[in-house]
Amino acid sequence: MSNQPFTHLDVLESESIHIMREVAAECKNPALLFSGGKDSIVMLRLAEKAFRPARFPFPLVHIDTEHNFPEVIVCRDKLASDLGERLIVRSLDDSIKKGTIVLKSADQGRNPFQSVTLLETIAEFGFDACIGGARRDEEKARAKERIFSFRDEFGQWDPKNQRPELWDTYNTRVHADENIRVFPISNWTEMDIWEYIAREKLYIPDIYYAHEREVIRRDNGILPVSHLVQPRSGEQVEKLMVRFRTVGDMTCTCPVESHARNAQEIIEETAITRITERGATRMDDQTSEASMELRKKEGYF
Amino acid sequence: MSNTTQLLRFITAGSVDDGKSTLIGRLLHDSKSIFEDQLSAITKTSERRGGMGAVDLSLLTDGLQAEREQGITIDVAYRYFATPKRKFIIGDTPGHEQYTRNMVTAASTANLAIILIDARKGVLTQTRRHTFITSLVGVPHIVLAVNKMDMVDYSKETFDAICAEYRAFAAQLGLHEMTCIPMSALNGDMVVERGENLNWYQGSPLLELLENVVIDHDINTTDFRYPVQWVCRPQTQEYHDFRGYMGRIESGVIAAGDEITILPSGRITKVKEIVTYDGNLQRACAPQSVTLTLTDEIDISRGDMFVKSATMPQVSKEFEAMLCWLSESPLDLNRKYIIKHTTRVVKCVFARLEYRVDVNTLEQHSSTTLNMNDIARVAMKVQQPLVFDSYIKNRFTGSFIVIDEATNNTVAAGMIV
Repeated sequence: MSNQPFTHLDVLESESIHIMREVAAECKNPALLFSGGKDSIVMLRLAEKAFRPARFPFPLVHIDTEHNFPEVIVCRDKLASDLGERLIVRSLDDSIKKGTIVLKSADQGRNPFQSVTLLETIAEFGFDACIGGARRDEEKARAKERIFSFRDEFGQWDPKNQRPELWDTYNTRVHADENIRVFPISNWTEMDIWEYIAREKLYIPDIYYAHEREVIRRDNGILPVSHLVQPRSGEQVEKLMVRFRTVGDMTCTCPVESHARNAQEIIEETAITRITERGATRMDDQTSEASMELRKKEGYF
Repeated sequence: MSNTTQLLRFITAGSVDDGKSTLIGRLLHDSKSIFEDQLSAITKTSERRGGMGAVDLSLLTDGLQAEREQGITIDVAYRYFATPKRKFIIGDTPGHEQYTRNMVTAASTANLAIILIDARKGVLTQTRRHTFITSLVGVPHIVLAVNKMDMVDYSKETFDAICAEYRAFAAQLGLHEMTCIPMSALNGDMVVERGENLNWYQGSPLLELLENVVIDHDINTTDFRYPVQWVCRPQTQEYHDFRGYMGRIESGVIAAGDEITILPSGRITKVKEIVTYDGNLQRACAPQSVTLTLTDEIDISRGDMFVKSATMPQVSKEFEAMLCWLSESPLDLNRKYIIKHTTRVVKCVFARLEYRVDVNTLEQHSSTTLNMNDIARVAMKVQQPLVFDSYIKNRFTGSFIVIDEATNNTVAAGMIV
């Protein structure tokens, strides 16, 4: 390998490993946010490459909306257990019981409330750094975020007041009660993720691959039928071959029609797709052009 | 994309008026990197703003609500696109007068800088400033994009005159290698396609150049530099005695069995193994992240640097540097600050402010403080010795950031002279 020019994946991988090791070395009590989605599964492999043969110098943390696809939760638990790493799960239901999250309706989308439970979990364990799998190509607000993204004591992101980030020299310093979010795969794109999944032969939830599923059409999207999403009057249940490009809250994560049954076929589809990942699959990000920016300012990762 | 695709990071420097956002929009659009939902969002916005039917490609690079409201770009944004040959990361920097710091930030990781000029205006003060910063931060490749050629009737004479003036200026900064391209980002001439209007131009369109510029030599391949990031001691039964030094090779090459010197202690030992998750390597080079085991048991911690004995860096508590002040709070010469250099964090003081550079005229002035966006030559003293090279020789071991201990903000970027 060292006799050939490095590919973009080699360079990105090395950058991500370097970032994870900086967190381990400079932060007192970091955590790796792990959802069982494809980006965080890539993060796990990068953490293995960064720290093996030792164990990870941080626990895995999942903020569970309880609106997850069951296949994702199965994958989450299997990967954590196969790796022998510690997994901490905190549920939005706990925050709802405590009264810190107040829902308008039981089947409401839960993504906006993840911030609350995340901040409570950060306080509970005293984490000073949370490593997340967000990418800059996902969304406009992310494109402007630093790799080491400073948050104040309310977990807020201030886009106008970010620390300059130069070379690969990261400023990891925070005061007590402040924390940073770290995004080692900032510079990866959706295509890079799929190429890496194929190259590393990573196990991901099978709902990422084409399968037959009952769906309904609502608000310009197709929604999977589940115990949380039932057809309203006038809506027809259809059976389609679909796959998910992202796996989030079941009430607002839309699959795309597809026949791609493995990572290679998804790479081929991704190369010709004409719609962004979030545009195709996340109803909550289409509410306004600034949806993500607003959520991040409130502490969303 | 094939499995030999390379990564190229570049920045664009120029103001909104030079058509910078339009150029980026054109690169993304014509290389088919814009998605339908993005196009439909900016089409809606163009219509709402009373656009005359044409989609305003510059809207693609607007990020935050605050910017859309004010119609400006307030920070560095990163954009991604790919062609079958390469994957590109664009560091999009605003061209406003006060944002030297953003350009320094984006330029620090770039392989190439596109300096944008409005063909009607020629070489301006801001062109000189952008070029100076590009040379200061040591961006290896420069492209002068003479845009808005449609506004000067695609005149070869105008283009030649601008290039000659620019080359003369750049030579003063020691910059000799550059490519000048005439273009119209608005009409798409010489950006991705050649177009019909600039047939007198013999060179490649911009994208073809970006795909082919040779970047293998941007990394220093001669001086092995390996800052220790993290000491790996699994303490498991299987790896009971394993002690690995984790890090990224910043420059040069290392092979199992090579003799190395550990700095600043000066102890000499040999590399036993190059360990990776994918198996041990015989040989590794920059920019790989690896784990090294050594033949001797030596007390080594984060912040130490492994080098090869034949090509030693400097080890010193005193050095001079070019500094870009990034913070709204001015430099206080009476205070101590913190330096982060490779994996080492030390206290520092500013011993002398040699001079401040006027980025518009390049004149040197004496100064007693530094304000945001100021660039100066300074003499520094640090509490513990640093292991460094000059920035010109090595971008990784010649650079540092300065942190204000009170606020924890990054207040300056330094390049060791």
